[in-house]
Amino acid sequence: MKCADEFRSREITAPLVQEIAHSLRRPVRIMEVCGTHTMSIFRHGIRSLLPEGITLLSGPGCPVCVTPASHIDAFLAAADLPQVTIATFGDLIRVPGAERSLAGARASGARVEIVYSPMDALTLAQQEPERTVLFPAIGFETTAPTIAATILAAERLELTNFLIIAAGKTMPQALEALMADPELQVDGLLCPGHVSAIIGSEAYRPLADRYHLACAVAGFEPADILSGLLSLIRQINEGRPGVDNCYTRVVTAEGNIRAQHLISEVFSPADSEWRGLGTIPGSGLVLREQYRRFDGMEQLAIPVQPARELKGCRCGEILKGRLLPPDCPLYGTACTPLQPIGPCMVSNEGTCAAYFRYSGRKTSTARQEPKPLSVSQRDPS
Amino acid sequence: MKTESIISLDHGSGGLASQKLIGGLFLKYLTCPQLRDLEDCAMLGEYAGRIAFSTDSYVVDPLFFPGGDIGSLAVHGTINDLAMRGARPLALSLALIIEEGFSFASLERIIASVAKASEAAGVAIVTGDTKVVPKGKADGLFVNTTGIGLASHRHDISVKKAQPGDAVILSGTLADHGITIMSCQAGIDLGGDIESDTQPLHQLVGALLEEDAGLVHVLRDPTRGGLATTLCEIAQSSGVDIVIEEDRLPIRPSVSTACEMIGLDPLYLANEGKCIIICDQDGAEDILQLVRRMPEGRDAALIGWVHEGQDGRVSLTTRIGGSRLLEPLTGQPLPRIC
Amino acid sequence: MCLAIPMQVVELKGGGDALLDPQVALVESDGVRKEIRLEMADRIPAVGEYVIIHAGFAIRTLTVEDAEYNLSLMRRMAEVLESEGRLPGAVP
Repeated sequence: MKCADEFRSREITAPLVQEIAHSLRRPVRIMEVCGTHTMSIFRHGIRSLLPEGITLLSGPGCPVCVTPASHIDAFLAAADLPQVTIATFGDLIRVPGAERSLAGARASGARVEIVYSPMDALTLAQQEPERTVLFPAIGFETTAPTIAATILAAERLELTNFLIIAAGKTMPQALEALMADPELQVDGLLCPGHVSAIIGSEAYRPLADRYHLACAVAGFEPADILSGLLSLIRQINEGRPGVDNCYTRVVTAEGNIRAQHLISEVFSPADSEWRGLGTIPGSGLVLREQYRRFDGMEQLAIPVQPARELKGCRCGEILKGRLLPPDCPLYGTACTPLQPIGPCMVSNEGTCAAYFRYSGRKTSTARQEPKPLSVSQRDPS
Repeated sequence: MKTESIISLDHGSGGLASQKLIGGLFLKYLTCPQLRDLEDCAMLGEYAGRIAFSTDSYVVDPLFFPGGDIGSLAVHGTINDLAMRGARPLALSLALIIEEGFSFASLERIIASVAKASEAAGVAIVTGDTKVVPKGKADGLFVNTTGIGLASHRHDISVKKAQPGDAVILSGTLADHGITIMSCQAGIDLGGDIESDTQPLHQLVGALLEEDAGLVHVLRDPTRGGLATTLCEIAQSSGVDIVIEEDRLPIRPSVSTACEMIGLDPLYLANEGKCIIICDQDGAEDILQLVRRMPEGRDAALIGWVHEGQDGRVSLTTRIGGSRLLEPLTGQPLPRIC
Repeated sequence: MCLAIPMQVVELKGGGDALLDPQVALVESDGVRKEIRLEMADRIPAVGEYVIIHAGFAIRTLTVEDAEYNLSLMRRMAEVLESEGRLPGAVP
């Protein structure tokens, strides 16, 4: 799209940067809850352009990173079955469960393929009828309809060797849980652009009203992010927090109804465990009764892994901006980018991973704690 | 002679089947006289100058890709490693580890490609080896090439030699090889524009050193880990900081789009026919023009500068004027959806 | 979540049978082409329109006008400088 280049041209971004600096009257804390926003902010060096006084918090917006270890272990249990091929998004390959990752399983001989679309997993199942293809169905509301459409296609094709493990999550309940925490001090929310394309910008209205939270729906080009930040600062200045859709080319107030119907046709809401945050009611997606035959947990008799508390992990507080990474006792010792424990380190641009790489601080400053247990020593209870 | 369709363990055993393979396939395409003598080793003669020596193994998957294959890659890769220290490549060895059951037709295609690449580069395969391992013990085919070169100039071109003030030049477009490989795996139609950039660089380097040897401090080809990782290695080894500018990076629009589609960063994808030239700032413009005049370097660009520093930091000034620290790649680049 | 990029629709294919021949869009950008599923698009694109693509599916159809409108909003946000008569360096 020719004009797409404009969204990342200095001609558009420079005035926005200037206006942000000009408009900022007091320190503000803004949370973004989208892994792609986090990535785009890093990629374009946006933090280096913002004035002092804007604190950008990276919330739990990376679905891969908040997939609990118990789900990863379920994927691994499936991978260990000789007739199963795991077809997964690349993002999951190095995420560890309690002990291993899919990369580790592949190194031990499991068949693990990277796919770019759940439809590719379905195609693989058609091409290899003697194998069972399992797709770890992670993602938020942008990805859930693609998986739903794939399940419907699998049903029409009467496939018997295609399965998923439903591990999708939804944003609004998680945002509610975060904002309801009185210790979380956040003035504005940069809302995820493509999740909003599906759920609509009005989905954030209750948050804005209930918590006087400034909300701006933003896309992912530098101009999108900067105009979202500018909108938040202006809303905060005027003391009239609301929901501003800055991504009008992709997001409407009501969202993508067709996509919403796809989700509700195939999935229903359920309570869901978020790595580092605990269980958030109604924030997960499970297969509806009539599609249970595609449920890998049932069909492969995979035991439900118990929810494990990651002893010592302080991601919950880091995600809320209450602690800095070095305040966590596991930082730099048991938890590093190569061997991450919680979501803040799992994500390449997660708060802890970024801190580890860019701040020069590679050890914890937490007060004398007993030496953290290694992953394999951790008490499973 | 009965035509074989697959490679068997017999082909690697040193007996009659091996000899048929060597005579019927390898020597059909690889015509260097020293190789044909089939001695235990090749004698290269007497040379004056410093001897350079390099080895590399190739395990690329897929074996065949737009713009090349494991054979041409293996020839170019080792030639380039020699060229990066300013050495003129003299000769190459070729060693193959073949999995039992490998297609004969594919092997022939690869050997033909090796021969073509070697002839075009003017560097002969003078000695070789073949082993066949049982099914499952190798992923189709592994190739190793080792090269001997001669550095007759007196200048020490080394990764430790970048100086504050130096210019950083990239000899052509970014990420072509890496995205070609990843796109093959992703099932994205490249539309004929994207292909691997695998090519030998010794003639480019030769021309460069003939003109301006004293001004060239570092030559490095940004292969695995991409431009970012290689610049980090240089910055660390030389004890300097490097700043490059996103606006100046040469990248094909199709490569840029493919990277965005699969969620990969072109700064971390492999390049197999490009080199980083770090040179004295006074000679930079002339060097840039010289490189651009050669077919291997027609898209060359000045991408940044070397600065004082001790931590070996590499940063990128982004298109919108921001600044981003570039770290070395840890592990393989993985596509992402989230 | 959610890496997605806009690409132009150059051809619409299939649609003869929802099961065996579902309608798909062929998109192109700078010579790169891909077949994209349309099950979750808010509306079926016409050739020449753009779609935002995520995981092999179109998640939204848009026109160049939609994009340009968004761009103009951004320009206006930043142009407050001029309309308020503020010059760079002036005391607010």
